[in-house]
Amino acid sequence: MEDKNAGLVHGVPCGGPEIEQEPKDNSRRTFLKQSALITTVALTPGIAAKAADMHLDEKIAGAFEKLSLKIEVNGKAMSLMVEPRSTLLDILREQLDLTGTKKGCDYGQCGACTVHVDGHRVNSCLTLGVMVNGKKVTTIEGLAKGEVLHPMQEAFLKYDGFQCGYCTPGQIMSAVACIREGHANSEMEIREYMSGNICRCGAYPNIVNAIQDVKEGGQAV
Amino acid sequence: MKQFQYLRPATQQNVLEAITKPGTKIIAGGTNLVDLMKRGVTAPDKLVDINHLPLKSITATKTGLHIGALALNSVVSENNLVLAKQPLLAMALKAGASPQLRNMATVGGNMMQRTRCSYFYDTTMPCNKRAPGTGCGAMEGYNRMHAIFGASAQCIAVQPSDMCVGLAALDAMIIVTGKKGERRIPMTEFHRLPGDHPELDNHLGKDELIIGVDIPDNNFSKNSYYLKVRDRQSYAFALVSVAAALDISGGVIKQARLAMGGVAHKPWRLFEAEKSLIGKPVSDDSFKQAAQIAMQGAKAYQYNAFKLRLAPATITEALKHAAGMV
Repeated sequence: MEDKNAGLVHGVPCGGPEIEQEPKDNSRRTFLKQSALITTVALTPGIAAKAADMHLDEKIAGAFEKLSLKIEVNGKAMSLMVEPRSTLLDILREQLDLTGTKKGCDYGQCGACTVHVDGHRVNSCLTLGVMVNGKKVTTIEGLAKGEVLHPMQEAFLKYDGFQCGYCTPGQIMSAVACIREGHANSEMEIREYMSGNICRCGAYPNIVNAIQDVKEGGQAV
Repeated sequence: MKQFQYLRPATQQNVLEAITKPGTKIIAGGTNLVDLMKRGVTAPDKLVDINHLPLKSITATKTGLHIGALALNSVVSENNLVLAKQPLLAMALKAGASPQLRNMATVGGNMMQRTRCSYFYDTTMPCNKRAPGTGCGAMEGYNRMHAIFGASAQCIAVQPSDMCVGLAALDAMIIVTGKKGERRIPMTEFHRLPGDHPELDNHLGKDELIIGVDIPDNNFSKNSYYLKVRDRQSYAFALVSVAAALDISGGVIKQARLAMGGVAHKPWRLFEAEKSLIGKPVSDDSFKQAAQIAMQGAKAYQYNAFKLRLAPATITEALKHAAGMV
């Protein structure tokens, strides 16, 4: 997605015919992809999607659909081909097998998908992958240093900052950002600046305690 | 989500050329657009990414403050110039969305966000805004969040932005550019009332791009407040919000600015209430009277009649905060 290509459709040759890029909603490939997502236990999504991709016309469609994406994820350079409609969340989970980042609502309402892009927390479910080209992404998997947990991870354990744990990766990514941004100076401020992360179990008091402990401990986050 | 072509034109000129093609939408932060695309409320054929355009600066000008259309909501809300000159704008921005959404959402995109009316989002329901001519699901439906001012028989949705309410109170001018060149639109006139065309949210031309906003300098920085009332303390859309700005000298109000959110299809500026405050002493009575004037012409529906009491109470409270009485 270098700027020299600007003005062109990325991945589509200039001056080529107008290609219908939209796969029909009822196409076999889309169906298989969708059902693969639902039955992840029984089926490996990649295999199902690839099997569907053997269809020649769909292969051609796929070639036009995908764009190159170069990102750094948790310190590792990644070079991928993605559909423009793929969200960063789906790319992390489905293509890179980084399933620590959770899909809660998928509409930007719960914060379970929170990751850092170039150091700033964002909702990965509302971020199109193609829009983070060239950027650095940090997920929950990238916080620990080997076997040594990040201070915020330790604090969530110490203060029992979760029950079911589904929102926890997003909570921790948000909590780290909250301190880095300088928004963890009081319980009120922490609650306000953590409001983008919903916890249906209601572990909020313990989450606030964990954040206050890390903040007051003065450890590098 | 329907597949689309992703374009990233190099220059503003290239962007302006690209957006003239039918079925094209601009994407900036994407915090509302991606959501709408996932739900099938909107399904563009082409997406024009403008995030690389040099429209992020926040600068003091001779007459005010200029903020680029691509400045992030989080950045604007913590910018020192904004905090010093227009703290009301910072307050309004911080009242909106969540920290991670504010890290994505831009100033221009905030203005372009669509209503959060649940009938607009639910593609199985009638909605004149989403599908003109299908009717309004909210009119006889669950209309608790809906308008009490300026609605039409076609649509009773509200514009959901907090930032725009602050900007409307602060006499902000939106700078847009298109094939015919630049023009400036007052924030108060940027959004439309629904009328017979609720599918149109604002007066931005299809071939136009928002490039920034200018806020004139004023004497309101010491006495301004944004009060947002919602179902939970944070991260929820307004039931009613009020931006209040006062210029006070010797206990007397010299100038006032008031705008309301969550009550109309646009940020609802309260011109008559403002006038009523000029020359009045800073007092509970002055504020209550202004609030009463502000409510003239309000009309409630089955489930939002509470707004007829909540709105004036919020105006009074916001003015008291602005005046330093609370």
